[in-house]
Amino acid sequence: MLSTYNRRKFTDVFVRSACVVAAVIALIPLISVLYYVTARGIGGINLDFFTELPKPVGEAGGGMANAIVGTLKLVLLACAIGIPPGVLAGVYLAEFGHSRFGKLVRFSADVMSGVPSITVGIFVYSLVVLQTKQFSALAGGIALAVLMLPTVTRTTEELLKLVPESLREAALGLGLPKWRATLRVMLRTAAPGIATGVMLAVARVAGETAPLLFTAFNNRFWSSGLNEPTASLPVNIYTYAVSPYEEWHRQAWAAALVLLLLVLLLNVSARLLVRNRVGAR
Amino acid sequence: MSVSHDVSLVRGRSRMLTRFGREVNWGDFVFRRSTALVAGLVIAVLLAMAIAMVRGSSESIAKFGLHFVFSSAWDPVRDIYGALPFIYGTIASSLLALVFAVPISLGVAIFLSELAPSWLRGPVGFLVELLAAVPSVVYGLWGIFALAPWLRETVEPLLARFLGFLPLFQGPQHGFGMLAGGIILAIMITPTISSVSREVLRAVPSALREGALGLGATPWEAVRVAVLPFARSGLVGATILGLGRALGETMAITMVIGNRAEISASLFAPSYTMASVIANEFTEATGQLYLSALAEVGLLLFVVTVLLNVVARLLVWRVGRLPEGGRL
Repeated sequence: MLSTYNRRKFTDVFVRSACVVAAVIALIPLISVLYYVTARGIGGINLDFFTELPKPVGEAGGGMANAIVGTLKLVLLACAIGIPPGVLAGVYLAEFGHSRFGKLVRFSADVMSGVPSITVGIFVYSLVVLQTKQFSALAGGIALAVLMLPTVTRTTEELLKLVPESLREAALGLGLPKWRATLRVMLRTAAPGIATGVMLAVARVAGETAPLLFTAFNNRFWSSGLNEPTASLPVNIYTYAVSPYEEWHRQAWAAALVLLLLVLLLNVSARLLVRNRVGAR
Repeated sequence: MSVSHDVSLVRGRSRMLTRFGREVNWGDFVFRRSTALVAGLVIAVLLAMAIAMVRGSSESIAKFGLHFVFSSAWDPVRDIYGALPFIYGTIASSLLALVFAVPISLGVAIFLSELAPSWLRGPVGFLVELLAAVPSVVYGLWGIFALAPWLRETVEPLLARFLGFLPLFQGPQHGFGMLAGGIILAIMITPTISSVSREVLRAVPSALREGALGLGATPWEAVRVAVLPFARSGLVGATILGLGRALGETMAITMVIGNRAEISASLFAPSYTMASVIANEFTEATGQLYLSALAEVGLLLFVVTVLLNVVARLLVWRVGRLPEGGRL
């Protein structure tokens, strides 16, 4: 009797410790990545890194000013193209999403969020690059926007659904038509939460590399306007990391540090913002 | 004739009535139609994606047919393409990733939803989700300069010494290869599987748990007999979502798997995945047929991941709701 009890007790302790060990193992790579990127990247960070163009192979120094600006440009473009339709589609799903059409939209968004980013790259390549006959910031921005669209749509829908119905009823009771109640009361109440979701989506696409390889491509120089190949931090990290040059590896680590800081800053501040909001997790 | 109708005639505009006889608000009408139009854009983009992939690869499909999937000849010079080594590399690396990631992710999920004290759940969950925030290319960089050397100098010699009788652990030890690819994919899909699993476990009614505990079960027994059976299909769904992620992952694995189109039994040997071959060769592909073959690789990847996502979501929906945003 006692031995059975002991065995059960032992199994319980064993499995529970195994779960703790699993959680620890899961976090080791995170710590290792953060350590390596900081330790190796910090040496390459200086003023030149933010203000200079890349130097040709063999010359020391130089920076990634064009790639930093390029990444910001691509991300802003993606926001401009991706957020408005995402939010409107989310509003539709939250307000009228019970129809068969609504279910189809929701389903498409979910499926789209699982599509590999590299196939989005091929899609935008055939849609934009082949038509305009050049790699461009515009193509890169569209690719990132396509990746953002399903996230923004579903986040907007989920957060609008968290707004208490009593707010809508109060607005309707005061005589507002439904569309104004939705836009002025519901959407405004949900706006901080939606902003958080959008920030998470932006953080995700800011680090995307695969869809940019054959849309924005790369550029050793400044690119002006939206119709030229554009350098970006993620693509530069890739190119520099797989190159055989020691100096480029150093630059890749520095770029990784900058990119990681950008992404984690967006991510962590979004999550801290949401922590103080009612209803949003 | 009602009074209200007269008013409308006076103002000189036609009116639309709802089926309850109430006047339709034009703002509402426009609002509903225009948001529906934008929502339709989501479906349109997905459809356009499918059409673009099929059209892009039509030449290759017509030329090679089913042979494309079963042939290992990938020869741009002779313009003959078969994707078998890439398909093998993708499937093998993803399954290897599941071998590492599933036990760990389930452990994390059970820890976070059932066992951890509440003050620990927030921070640990947060850190696991940060794993998902690190860009793929940064994992790749870390893979090249930290993971691969570690595998080459420490892990692979040890494996060869103690398990070298298995074909899995034979051959030259580069560090770069299937093992590195599997590990890096495992790291990247762990947050996906564990966060979906955690949501699934949370959706299990606590009465089940309490019932088991009330009958004298230990906490683990309560999880095993009451929680896991209820959550099973959702956990399978979480795993399939992770698999979908692993199949389509590109940058990190391209940087560590060695990129050689070979099929080898050894985990130490280099391999090549479908996503990697697209990333490496798409911008350099010169011939029309070459591009078309690469697009067909993309099409295969697209179809498989879409199907996996559909199945996974149906399974997860059976248990409960997905985490907010739906992006996994």
